[in-house]
Amino acid sequence: MSNIGNQQVLDAMRQSFDADVLSASEPYGLLTIEVNPSRIIEVLEFLNKHQELQLNFLTDLCAVHYPDDAGREIAVVYHLHSMVHNIRVRLKAYLPIDKPEIASATAIYSAANWMERETYDFYGVKFLNHPDLRRILNMDSMDYFPLRKEYALEDETRNDKDDRFFGR
Amino acid sequence: MVNIGEKPEGLEGQGFFATSLDKVIGLARANSLWPLPFATSCCGIEFMATMGSNYDLARFGSERLSFSPRQADLLMVMGTIAKKMGPVLKQVYDQMAEPKWVLSVGACASSGGIFDTYSVLQGIDRIIPVDVYVPGCPPRPEQIIEGVMKIQELAKNESLRRRHSEEYKRMLESYNLT
Repeated sequence: MSNIGNQQVLDAMRQSFDADVLSASEPYGLLTIEVNPSRIIEVLEFLNKHQELQLNFLTDLCAVHYPDDAGREIAVVYHLHSMVHNIRVRLKAYLPIDKPEIASATAIYSAANWMERETYDFYGVKFLNHPDLRRILNMDSMDYFPLRKEYALEDETRNDKDDRFFGR
Repeated sequence: MVNIGEKPEGLEGQGFFATSLDKVIGLARANSLWPLPFATSCCGIEFMATMGSNYDLARFGSERLSFSPRQADLLMVMGTIAKKMGPVLKQVYDQMAEPKWVLSVGACASSGGIFDTYSVLQGIDRIIPVDVYVPGCPPRPEQIIEGVMKIQELAKNESLRRRHSEEYKRMLESYNLT
């Protein structure tokens, strides 16, 4: 196990992707890089195949909804881990809510299949070229994306609760 | 002497006892209910205590749990039912033979409980008819036993014609069951 720091990862990214690395920060010591969503596949591939970094494991893939961030409401988040060097990187790609489309990572990580289905299920992110993009946890008949903040968390059909006492 | 069931009203003499068929069948049904436990969460744990030796549901004639809906008389739904599980529960109910009863145990099965959220069914009575509701989160075994005893009362006093009545058929139709 070698001692690869956040700076080394960031330098490697900047060197190869320059303008597509939009910003970087280290909240709680975890290197977080915002990348251009149109280059996400190249970035994942680069980190996966990189001789020194070997970020070869997709820990998690999910999304966040920032309703007040106009034009970049949906953030797709990738957590990468190097099993060899025990280093972690978080990638974020922001998408507009009226066209939440990004390339599927299934070409690189098979594990992305179900994670992307889950992200589609809850946030409506369309992963282009995904082999089987349909809901995975919610009912197929559900007609909205429940974790988007424009929808109420509560079940709208419930009728035994008095709104005055339940903070609706 | 062990008293298994109360003797129904009837005419009695030396060597014979006469009563109505309804009452005899009701007596037999009420004291040999075969429950099908549909346990999904903490209410299911309370049910396990209910079946255990301390509380012992077997004392009420429900010794034999049926894990096949085809042989069960009583569907005991215990725990949160997610909307995605709704069709499964409905199918289990559909597979049970008449006469059948449903006991909804706990706040979640009865109303969704604290899970007032998009993924949880807000009470099983939205998809299948329920005979007795047991409140509690979770209810204690005594309460579950009381619920079963209420079902026994229903079984004991049910008319043999009830399940052929127009009213009953309309009720099933309102749930899209036939």
